[in-house]
Amino acid sequence: MRPEYRYALMNTQTPHPPVLSMRNISITLGGRKILNSVSLDVERGELKVLIGPSGGGKSTFLQCMNLLVTPDAGSVSIEGASVNPHDKKALCRLRQDVGMIFQDFNLFDHLTAVKNVAIALRRVKGMSREAAEERAMHELGRVGLTDKADLYPAHLSGGQKQRVAIARALAMDPKVILLDEPTSALDPELVGEVLAVIRDLAKSGMTMIMATHQMDFATALASEILFMEQGNIIERGTPGSLLAPDSATRTRDFCTRLADM
Amino acid sequence: MLSTMDFFWERIVPNLDKGLWLTVQIIAPSAIIGFLLGVFIGTLRVFGSPKIRKVMDVYTAIIRGVPLVVQLFILYFGLPSIGIYFQPYTAAVLGFILCSGAYHSEYIRGALLSIKQGQLKAAYALGFTRVQTILWIVVPQAVRRALPGCGNEIIYLIKYSSLAYIVTCMELTGKAKALAAQTFRFTEVFFAVGLYYLFLTTVATWLLAWLERRLSIPGFGGKSR
Ligand SMILES: Nc1ncnc2c1ncn2[C@@H]1O[C@H](COP(=O)(O)OP(=O)(O)OP(=O)(O)O)[C@@H](O)[C@H]1O
Ligand SMILES: [Mg+2]
Repeated sequence: MRPEYRYALMNTQTPHPPVLSMRNISITLGGRKILNSVSLDVERGELKVLIGPSGGGKSTFLQCMNLLVTPDAGSVSIEGASVNPHDKKALCRLRQDVGMIFQDFNLFDHLTAVKNVAIALRRVKGMSREAAEERAMHELGRVGLTDKADLYPAHLSGGQKQRVAIARALAMDPKVILLDEPTSALDPELVGEVLAVIRDLAKSGMTMIMATHQMDFATALASEILFMEQGNIIERGTPGSLLAPDSATRTRDFCTRLADM
Repeated sequence: MLSTMDFFWERIVPNLDKGLWLTVQIIAPSAIIGFLLGVFIGTLRVFGSPKIRKVMDVYTAIIRGVPLVVQLFILYFGLPSIGIYFQPYTAAVLGFILCSGAYHSEYIRGALLSIKQGQLKAAYALGFTRVQTILWIVVPQAVRRALPGCGNEIIYLIKYSSLAYIVTCMELTGKAKALAAQTFRFTEVFFAVGLYYLFLTTVATWLLAWLERRLSIPGFGGKSR
């Protein structure tokens, strides 16, 4: 076990604690309650999908998971160890273990694709330049971008940028990856290539939590769908149970309206 | 009396060449260290604690608000009264570094503020500390954005380096003044010294354009490769 974590074992009798466990997360921003005691456990290999109307708190919840946003109350645990948000070392460790993919990619604009992937390996993990770039090339290969390694973000398409971002997250060997609407900023014809990469990840057993409006994707792959509205998870269940034609769920209602748009 | 051409080749050029070398010796460290100081101060003005920010803002305000000549007078003629003595060269270079550091910090500060929040978030999400994020992600981008402004400041520095003669540093302008006073041929001497400065700023402009091209990255404005 890593000494940097302030370990507080939550449940000693289960051999495998959840990869990531969010307990009673609450946060108020700008005088408004954005998350209202939300909890979520993610087991190894699961893909949890967050859906819900705009402003429901999906992005905020995801950013609480790697403590980019510090909740007012509640706890974040990784593999059973709760993380103290004010311990800087523990924070950096947590964030190495929890990858994040953003809606607008956030590639480092001054670095080529391969250097985007390599920089955290060098500066955070302390790898040598050669080792980091070799690993980066391997990750770019996984997302099918070996031939784009030396291009700058300005010369990549949106879909390629998002795949580099995925390679960058994968290179850190995360235990779980958070994806915040990874295809929302893409032109429709580019959505497929990014979803294909995420699908392969899910099939290879990567643990993921993803906010998305791609319902076909969610239905096919999600272990559980969580419907968030006004800072609460108001429905949760397997795609089959929430989206069955005869189910009168908010989730199904929301998805029908999505499909109509 | 020598003809203009002979006067130029026999008196002006040998004299000014000596001053030129000293001018270069003043400009080079002032430009390089001044720029680095500007990056440092600019970064503190954006990312420092509120107290440090305040201190650096006050520093910049003072340097920008007081004429450079006065600053040089204080360094060279004023400080000895409290027991601090500088050689003329040291006083001049120190004054120019402090001054251009403050001006560079303005360009750097503006560039730092233009970096998108997403760049920082992405770095933090990978496990970068705040200092690592500033050092490896934010500053490299900001420096590229600030380069045209900072280049302009270096051109100014070449010209205000002529104030070094005020603290008895016999650089280009100092030599020119002495020669003119000695020979009373002001027009020729100062015309020549003007050409020397024009030569220096031209070379500097080339160097800066080359540097900008070297550091240029697609998507950062300006010429891309
Ligand atoms: N820093 C902040 N200060 C004040 N309010 C905030 C802040 N960040 C988010 N909010 C508010 O929190 C609410 C939830 O935002 P969030 O981005 O988490 O929703 P979302 O479900 O991701 O929505 P979308 O589908 O549009 O991405 C919104 O009403 C937003 O305006
Ligand atoms: Mg969102």
